[in-house]
Amino acid sequence: MADSICRTIRDGALEGEHAPSLTIKDTTASPYGFGVFTHVLSQASTLILAGKSQSRGLVVVAYSRSPSFYLDFLKRSGVDVASSQKWIHILDCYTDPLGWKHQLADSGILPSNSSAGACLFQDVKDINKLQSLILELGSGLVGQGKVRFSVAIDSVTEMLRHVPLSKVAALISDLRSHDQISSIFWLLHSDIHDVRVTTSLEYLSSMVASVESLNQSSDGLSGDLGNLSLLEQNFRRGKFHVRFKRRNGRVRVMNEQFHMEESGIKFTSVTVEDGLVSQGLVPKVLFNLELSEKEKLERARVVLPFEHQGNGKPIQIYDGRRSLAPESMGEVSADTSQSSTEECSNGGGEIIYFRDSDDERPDSDEDPDDDLDI
Amino acid sequence: MDSRARNLLDEALGLDQLTQSKSPLGGKAVLIEDCVETSGSFVLHQLIKRLLTATSNSSNVVLFLAFANPFSHYDRILLGEEGKAGGGRSGLFALFANITKVLNSLPEGNRKCLTIVIDDVSLIEVAAHGSSDHVLDFLHYCHALTSNHHGCSLVMLNHDDFYSSMDRPVFLKQMEYAADVLVKVKPLATGLAADVHGQMTVLNRDQCNRRGSLNNRMSNFQFRIKENSVEYFYPGART
Repeated sequence: MADSICRTIRDGALEGEHAPSLTIKDTTASPYGFGVFTHVLSQASTLILAGKSQSRGLVVVAYSRSPSFYLDFLKRSGVDVASSQKWIHILDCYTDPLGWKHQLADSGILPSNSSAGACLFQDVKDINKLQSLILELGSGLVGQGKVRFSVAIDSVTEMLRHVPLSKVAALISDLRSHDQISSIFWLLHSDIHDVRVTTSLEYLSSMVASVESLNQSSDGLSGDLGNLSLLEQNFRRGKFHVRFKRRNGRVRVMNEQFHMEESGIKFTSVTVEDGLVSQGLVPKVLFNLELSEKEKLERARVVLPFEHQGNGKPIQIYDGRRSLAPESMGEVSADTSQSSTEECSNGGGEIIYFRDSDDERPDSDEDPDDDLDI
Repeated sequence: MDSRARNLLDEALGLDQLTQSKSPLGGKAVLIEDCVETSGSFVLHQLIKRLLTATSNSSNVVLFLAFANPFSHYDRILLGEEGKAGGGRSGLFALFANITKVLNSLPEGNRKCLTIVIDDVSLIEVAAHGSSDHVLDFLHYCHALTSNHHGCSLVMLNHDDFYSSMDRPVFLKQMEYAADVLVKVKPLATGLAADVHGQMTVLNRDQCNRRGSLNNRMSNFQFRIKENSVEYFYPGART
């Protein structure tokens, strides 16, 4: 549950224990992991500002959005960003991760500029420098003592493009065991990586939050547009599955649903009715493929041509040749062709069935295969 | 019909809300995915035409990176800067340098009116000798131009079926994650038709409401490409 995650982040690390760490993962089938990330970010920020969190500061390592995006987002979420320099630092790995703009500025092509309120990082391949900078920025917010700060990485997927898994895992492991880190959370697009990468990062996490589509299609967005109904059902909503790993080793699993609204992501509990809702696999076409209630009722009223209807009448086993009512033989002989009719009388339905076998003489010694020309 | 045709695609992309001195696509990154059976390049052409003929904002500038066709092919559509990408990262760095030169040559107030159009991304990969990492670096820098500081818009065309045979089409998925708007152009599931040339789904995934106005919706409609225009209509609604 999203609230449980935020409470764990709020409570932070115990003395002598690793800091709680959260992996948020999604796929292109349900690409709303960033919505969850920003939700946790705004909740953590609110708690830090209110003094209700163990953490007293937040360092955001921004790979996929600009620093100004985060400040605007927090402002729209009602977080006071006027005093942001006292409690949040954004390490800008988005604007110029490889130093291209720096090179262009040196050659006079581009005026040099720095992101307001952010620390520009221009060498994302140097993970050691990145780690030092994270710790330096965090200490700058909370001081050198026992006070802790939190770290948020908006895209470990982007980080892994520049740095091998072993170094990323080492960074996270070092941060988790650092005395001044209260909690860490990051976003990972699991369908970009192979299973080894995702699993390695999940091993380092005390919480794993998965964003999944409500209805699984064969290949998410890349599937055939004939899965349009699935696309519509999965658009801006999905399932939120969280796995908590407790200190004693016990694992707790929780499920919710989410939907994206104008104000952000909203979480709701999974109700029984939601679980039983028809997935609506019938494709949306111009003609009707489903029955209305009236049609279902009338179909249920149709009497099937079986002798043993269990309706109180004597049960006679059908031997394949004799019809049930001997007095109807005269009518049958008048119309020997097989026919079936369906009629409605008094709102019910009836199927009248004339068997071919009624025409046969019983106890015939003839070999029924005599007429075959083999 | 042409004015109605504009409405469906324009509405899906938010182009019907063009205002003065505002980035026409709202500073978004748009990814168009097409396939061999149904080319999506007409969407690029329509977008460019729409941007350059918008009477509400005559400051619109389109920076067109043309890799798919000779520049004379686009002559009747627009004229813009021609980027030449050589092999490897240095070529892509040079291409980015050209883009920033164009951006800086614009008056500061008009920089948000710049739309960078790339036709198409798979050919940048070819130019980079198959190094998708270098191309992703280049696209990242283009994407960074859509941030608040610059406010440009970005439109990219790539091919869904080009990568669909891979176990994990990582390159295309990376682009999908980075895009605010996904336009998927596909043939009809029922096959070829004389009067309907394909279907289009537009997914607006501006999740965190970057521009402060919610336009999150999913649109699906069909299209028919005519001589000089494209007709858009909802399934079964074509007159």
